[in-house]
Amino acid sequence: MTTISPARSSLPAPSRAGSPRLGLRERLAPYAYIAPFFLIFAVFGLVPLLFTFYVALFDWNPIGDHVFIGFDNFTRLFADGRFWNAVRNTISIWLLSTVPQLLVALVLAHLLNHARLRLAVFFRMSMLVPYITSVAATAIVFAQMFDRDYGLLNWLLGLVGIGPIDFIQSMWGSHALIAVMVVWRWFGYTTLLYLASLQAVPRAIYEAASVDGAGSWKQFLHISIPSLRPVIVFTIVTSTIGGLQIFTEPLLISRATPLTCGAVRQCQTLTLFLFEQGFGQFRFGYGAAIGVALFVLVVAVATLNYLLSTKIRAEKKP
Amino acid sequence: MTDAGPHTTTHPEQPVRRARTTRRSGERVRWWTYALLLLAVGACLFPLYWMFIVATTDTATATQLPPEILPGGNFFHLAGLVFSTVPFLRSILNSLIVAGAIGVGQAVLCSMAGFAFAKLTFRGRNVLFLVVVLTMTVPTQLSVIPQYMIVSSLGWVDTLQALIVPGLANAFGIFWMRQHLSSSLSDEIMQAARIDGATTWQIFWRIAFPLVRPGAFVLGLLGFVTAWNDFLWPFIVLKSPEMYTAQIAIKALQNSFSIDLGLAMSGSFLATLPLLALFVFVGRRMVAGIMDGAFKG
Repeated sequence: MTTISPARSSLPAPSRAGSPRLGLRERLAPYAYIAPFFLIFAVFGLVPLLFTFYVALFDWNPIGDHVFIGFDNFTRLFADGRFWNAVRNTISIWLLSTVPQLLVALVLAHLLNHARLRLAVFFRMSMLVPYITSVAATAIVFAQMFDRDYGLLNWLLGLVGIGPIDFIQSMWGSHALIAVMVVWRWFGYTTLLYLASLQAVPRAIYEAASVDGAGSWKQFLHISIPSLRPVIVFTIVTSTIGGLQIFTEPLLISRATPLTCGAVRQCQTLTLFLFEQGFGQFRFGYGAAIGVALFVLVVAVATLNYLLSTKIRAEKKP
Repeated sequence: MTDAGPHTTTHPEQPVRRARTTRRSGERVRWWTYALLLLAVGACLFPLYWMFIVATTDTATATQLPPEILPGGNFFHLAGLVFSTVPFLRSILNSLIVAGAIGVGQAVLCSMAGFAFAKLTFRGRNVLFLVVVLTMTVPTQLSVIPQYMIVSSLGWVDTLQALIVPGLANAFGIFWMRQHLSSSLSDEIMQAARIDGATTWQIFWRIAFPLVRPGAFVLGLLGFVTAWNDFLWPFIVLKSPEMYTAQIAIKALQNSFSIDLGLAMSGSFLATLPLLALFVFVGRRMVAGIMDGAFKG
């Protein structure tokens, strides 16, 4: 498996043959190849990240003054019900979107991995269509389908006698709606990642299991799932980092109150809260403090991932 | 990823074919396998179909119950309305410029950096590569406020370069191109070229880049799609309607959503159409590229 974990990042040293003859120009050349990335990353990635910690210590108005206030932003943040509401919403939407997405992708990858499947290319390509559809377009079409009065889904529910559900105005409804959009967008992509991993499993293992009388379900449980473990960890991490950044869906589904995603902030995520404070209320310092909180969450997730993947590697040893 | 090369890129379904010929007595594909897969395909395609339906009907039809499930004849009326409500053609052009520049730029810059990390020796290489890997795990969204302050101090607010330049740095792309380069360019070829007097620059453009062009192409495609669909950052830095990208134009259309239900939907459909058209031609290579870049075993 190719991981992005630091342990695997050490490189094989290429041959140094001929290097004594290289001039200064050629010896400095490698840095020129990596310079554009590091320059852009420094200016638009690293400096803003560090600057976030700095701005968070100020009462910072973009057009007015900025006053150093120490950790006041954080004290206020931790006492702010809106912050904890956003944390709750973010975690709830993340769970509702990640778990079904990974389960669906597992099953579909297993089905697509069948040796004699016809139309394999058609199935794979179709599942990537949501990925190329923009989040904005997705949010608009799903909000319409889930609309209380004119939505397709509520019409179908009405046929079986279930009264109209106001998905957008209720907490669970709005979380479910956003989760459905995230799942729709990503399950095909995840399926392809799982499928690629499954195809590396020798066919002979499946054949042997088949000969021994193991059906499709047992093969799925005892061959597919264990061999997918590393990529499952990877997708959990990427979907978590993605889940912490959900912004466009909540902004677009609630037309009347976009910045709070509803009258009672029922679907305001952390990133949307950051945006509301920073660019809606122009409180850059407070917004930056929310950014720091997001950073802490990301580091916690990354640490968890590291512990999880070392545990898996330890289990793999005979 | 280690076996990623031109061969696997062009024949993603190769293992399937091989198995089919060597294993005639293998178990049949059950009907429910197809049923479930078709259900998944339906779930993937239906929202786009529905987008088209609402984009072709007037508000009265779109809000009637039971809903209309066939396209209406209102498409050109609504499309016209889209173009007159916002400078939509301009926003499509802006999106093309931004996504195109980012796609091409990432393909070239990531190939260069990937080449250096895979094939060149220099002080601090391992540490710098570790930095690249680490930057992949930090979401940039959390620092949008300082990013905006920097772009603002550069005088780039409401310009397209505010989107293009930050979008060029792609750590994942460097990681991806390094994998491609270390597996397809041998040290022997590098040495032979050096003995013949080739400079590093010549080796990169004449030997390395042509070898990994398929990988760079898919990387550029993914960069194009991501840039085309980006929302938060353009939403923050673009102020005037002439500078809007397609996604921000959709948002502007949505603000007048209550007047005509189909308007935002029509805009969404029109903004998705270019990518769908692109996908018809390169979708197969995108699928292969994503699977190639994925984890194996």
